[in-house]
Amino acid sequence: MTKTTMTVNGKTVSSETEGRTLLSSYLREGLGLTGTHIGCDTSQCGSCTVLLNGLQVKSCTVFAEDAAGAQVRTVEGMAEADGSLGTIQQAFQDHHGLQCGFCTPGMVMATAALLAVNARPTEAEIRHHLEGNICRCTGYHNIVRAVMAASGQHVAAIAAE
Amino acid sequence: MQNFELVKPASVADAVRALARDGAQALSGGQTLIPTMKQRLATPEVLVSLTGIGEMQGVCTGPGGLHIGGATPHAVVAREAARYYPALAALAGHIGDPAVRSRGTVGGSLANNDPSACYPAAALASDAVIVTDKRKIAVADYFQGLFTTALDEGEIITEVQFKIPEKAGYMKFDQPASRFALVGVFVAKHAGGVRVAVTGASENGVFRWHEAEAALDAGFSAARLSGLVAPSRGLIGDLHGTPAYRANLIAVLTKRAVMAAS
Amino acid sequence: MPKDGGIGASTVRREDIRFLTGKGRYTADINLRGQAYACFVRSNVAHGRINGIDTSVAQSMPGVLAVMTGADFAAMGGNPAGWLVQSRGGETMKEPKRPVLAHGKVRHVGDAYAVVVAETEDQARDAAEAIDADITELPAIINMDTAIADPSNRVHDKIENNVCFDWGWIEANRAAVDAAFHSAPHVTTLELVNNRLVPNAMEPRASIGDYDSGTGDYKLYTTSQNPHLSRLLIAAFVMGIPENKLTVIAPDVGGGFGSKIYHYGEEAAVLAAAKALNRPVKWVASRSESFLSDAHGRDHVTKIQLALDKDGTFLAVRTETKANVGAYLSNFATVTPTFLHGTLMAGPYKTPLVYVNVKAVFTNTAPVDAYRGAGRPEATYSLERVIDKAARELGLDPWELRRKNLITTDMFPYTTPVALVYDTGNYQATLDKLIELSDKAGFEGRAAQSLARGKWRGLGLSTWIEACGIAPSALVGALGARVGLYDAATVRVNATGNISVMVGAHSHGQGHETVFAQIVSDKLGIPASSIDIVHGDTSKIPFGMGSYGSRSLAVCGTAMTKAVDKIIAKGVKIAAHMLEAAESDIVFEDGKFSVTGTDKAKTFGEIAFSAYVPHNYPLETLEPGLEETAFYDPANFTYPAGAYSCEVEVDPETGKVTVEAFTCADDFGNVMNPMIVAGQVHGGVAQGIGQALLENTTYDENGQLLSGSYMDYAMPRADDLPMFTVDHSCITPCTHNPLGVKGCGEAGAIGSPPALVNAVIDALHRNGRTDVVHIDMPLTPSRVWSALN
Repeated sequence: MTKTTMTVNGKTVSSETEGRTLLSSYLREGLGLTGTHIGCDTSQCGSCTVLLNGLQVKSCTVFAEDAAGAQVRTVEGMAEADGSLGTIQQAFQDHHGLQCGFCTPGMVMATAALLAVNARPTEAEIRHHLEGNICRCTGYHNIVRAVMAASGQHVAAIAAE
Repeated sequence: MQNFELVKPASVADAVRALARDGAQALSGGQTLIPTMKQRLATPEVLVSLTGIGEMQGVCTGPGGLHIGGATPHAVVAREAARYYPALAALAGHIGDPAVRSRGTVGGSLANNDPSACYPAAALASDAVIVTDKRKIAVADYFQGLFTTALDEGEIITEVQFKIPEKAGYMKFDQPASRFALVGVFVAKHAGGVRVAVTGASENGVFRWHEAEAALDAGFSAARLSGLVAPSRGLIGDLHGTPAYRANLIAVLTKRAVMAAS
Repeated sequence: MPKDGGIGASTVRREDIRFLTGKGRYTADINLRGQAYACFVRSNVAHGRINGIDTSVAQSMPGVLAVMTGADFAAMGGNPAGWLVQSRGGETMKEPKRPVLAHGKVRHVGDAYAVVVAETEDQARDAAEAIDADITELPAIINMDTAIADPSNRVHDKIENNVCFDWGWIEANRAAVDAAFHSAPHVTTLELVNNRLVPNAMEPRASIGDYDSGTGDYKLYTTSQNPHLSRLLIAAFVMGIPENKLTVIAPDVGGGFGSKIYHYGEEAAVLAAAKALNRPVKWVASRSESFLSDAHGRDHVTKIQLALDKDGTFLAVRTETKANVGAYLSNFATVTPTFLHGTLMAGPYKTPLVYVNVKAVFTNTAPVDAYRGAGRPEATYSLERVIDKAARELGLDPWELRRKNLITTDMFPYTTPVALVYDTGNYQATLDKLIELSDKAGFEGRAAQSLARGKWRGLGLSTWIEACGIAPSALVGALGARVGLYDAATVRVNATGNISVMVGAHSHGQGHETVFAQIVSDKLGIPASSIDIVHGDTSKIPFGMGSYGSRSLAVCGTAMTKAVDKIIAKGVKIAAHMLEAAESDIVFEDGKFSVTGTDKAKTFGEIAFSAYVPHNYPLETLEPGLEETAFYDPANFTYPAGAYSCEVEVDPETGKVTVEAFTCADDFGNVMNPMIVAGQVHGGVAQGIGQALLENTTYDENGQLLSGSYMDYAMPRADDLPMFTVDHSCITPCTHNPLGVKGCGEAGAIGSPPALVNAVIDALHRNGRTDVVHIDMPLTPSRVWSALN
């Protein structure tokens, strides 16, 4: 066992790891940050998406020790300082961009990564960006609307209900 | 997965030393290796992470064309190769999904040589040179069948040098589940001739479609390809497509890659 | 004007706050003090005889606490089928025992025959790999025709020909139907496959068993759509423990779509292991395990025939279906292809004669059970495809052919020839709405634009109807159901006026916490923020049958409404006493009990307080407290219906189909929260498009699941789907529940597959390929291209 330290949601944290400890396990079991979900074992579903040094990664496909010293952001770090929903989170609630909530943390983090590099994405750009995040509930319709809204664009411009 | 020791060398030399240990294996972006280890189909005892090696990162032009560090992630290639080699940048920008592109690397992709990966098509069509810690390998000698390459055990791809063609286009037809290439065709028009490289289709991995190259050498237009039938022998048949379907895709995508070439 | 709260308002969901901030609490997120971890050992062959299992190496490995095999559970009961179906000849279906762990034989790849419990998940997995099972492989029975034809090769040794039942609906009508076909001017025949699907809720199944050796109480945290049903099955049927000694908690559940209705052996195994070890035992499925062991959906092979007059009047429908039930009967496996399928074969049409035959067949594949829509998508697909084919054969417009045969509004209540009584509907209205919203008039122009880009555009439609809110208990009991199909709710008004509502329905994405609170708020005139909806815990809730079959609102919502009515009725009595008025003079409105014609009134809060602090209270005639429970058993099914269209582009060179537009015009009766209803339809349509275009569950001849991960099983992704147009403004309220609601959860998955396939066939026919009359789902590029070449 090694003590692995990194910065998660702005706080320096450390937890015991083995070589095989995945970043997702480090977050979930090591730190109790269970907002990061595990939906598959082939690195396809995106439920475990977090930001690693600002980049969108699947935390189930990164070893914790490879992320030592890095800046990690999870869904638990997306709210405002006063605890109220952040812009992306609020847009997801306002536009019913989630149902069962299981893929939602990954969707929120993927959206954060998209908006960091593309402040006003088109519908097609949003859909392309979200291809690594599977949702079984929403049909993506309201997720696309939520991302549009989170980027300050008029949701009505893309489609009626 | 089974446990192992993760080492994080800062230089190629340190990585080579670490890879000499028993049961050692290189870890680049891990986007294929980690899922494989979860299935316990790979059980290394030492994993040597290459992502922290500065000398293996980056995109620049050089005597070999476009030189890309072996540990450069796809997302960086997509961004930084765009002004030198747009077709290659576009290819990198459509590998996997954004998270895969954050981690997965050109060296990792070429070392793995998945028959459905995109980079092998680009490397073959670009007459690339694979630079390792101990030698340079011409691409013609590099690919040796499914998941097999000329790399020796413990040999690391430090850089890939892509010759920049006059025009190039890549067309990928997604396998609908994995989003790997069901078939991908990279067409590159070099001063010395056209190269057409096909991935996803063959049971022997990436290959050149010489008949199409000859036709396009006579004139670089899609019309030159009309009537040309791709060989269906040795093509993959699986639940996503028969060999005949893949042969059709090769022809259609080659035509479209030529039309899209810039 | 949109309302800003209460019934009919698009209130945003309160549960979203915890889901969006990472505070949802799914089973895998729960860790009990001292818990150990279970890993199941699963068969890698489809069919084999277990000669022996050597666990000795595994037993001695680091961290291993226990190894149990099928033999350890052999004395326990089987996991039963929920419905006993009678075959045509009157004999009862074959019901083989479904053990907790396979014993004697393994019957599908993924069939669990042992479990290892260890200190850590990795140790459990390491030891599971060290278990050495001596299994003699037997020929795999995969194809249903082969299964029926070969009397010697049997999934279950005592079931010859592998047939569970051979069901006719309605057998007495068969001769009349056959006669109608014999004399019909035109008969259209279509053979089709309703492809097997893997439900793929994004949260894999997980269970934690816990046992208190001091009290003898068991507790199970599990990914369930209906914790009470799981408790009943585990306690009374499988483990033989008193129901009052088992608590089942289904916390936040990450989607179900049917796959989490059922009790699975892993749940009993972790409970038994927890008792044996006297510590909690946790199991979380990997996605690979889910693919192999979750109940799959659909998997019908059907021949359907439609008899018509020359003018297109439907005369009769006849179907023969083989329904794959897999290796064991999952809990709803027998009702899904029968009473949820055959009874819907009239659709929304006036067809006077219908006969349905279904053979259920055992195979060496994962059990098949209800998946979103459950039987009704299969019925709708068969019917809507054969109607489309008939229209082409007769040269009739498929839109007008449907309209001509729809049941008209003057015919309700309408008794179908397959024994349902549709209470109300307006199928012409939804069809008209669809024509408007889909811009059918502009289609030719769009098709010309597509063709200019080398793409073939097609427009297809389907109508759909379903029977949901499955009930009434007396009827389903007569048909073979082993449970009642009512639901229950308790409304507990606290002394300070806030409210806890305990409901038997379970929310795993549907938004009950918000919508049910909207309804109670509306009825009681108090803010929704003072109302909590409690679900998913058998120790807190009176009873419930959970959520499936689009039943939550129509059945549990009604129970809740009736409990609220009882609260109001008691409040009237309290108010009459406090206000010194006759009960008949008290009116309850906007949260106030008033004496009619006066300004004398008591607020709801004052009444609640008085009920718990009964200083001025009619104690001689009325108990203190303000808590009411209602059970509701519906008088009939509800019958939501609608019409869907799909517009596709086909790339003739590659066979790739892209969905350009999808439009839904639905009648769900009264709508409680339009935002949530729209979301339910979006999700259902996405699953329907997934079935029609992408999802290809394939077993090879040896019974290996080729599409066993997201690398090969194509889930709909964001870039596979268009924006949807959905409408639910056509409303005929349900006549037999007080909210006038019908149910919307399954609609999208029922109506969409035939619309899509019809659209592709339309695209081919418009471009000269009239020789292609059918392509089986999923319409992958490879399949479409093969049909064209």
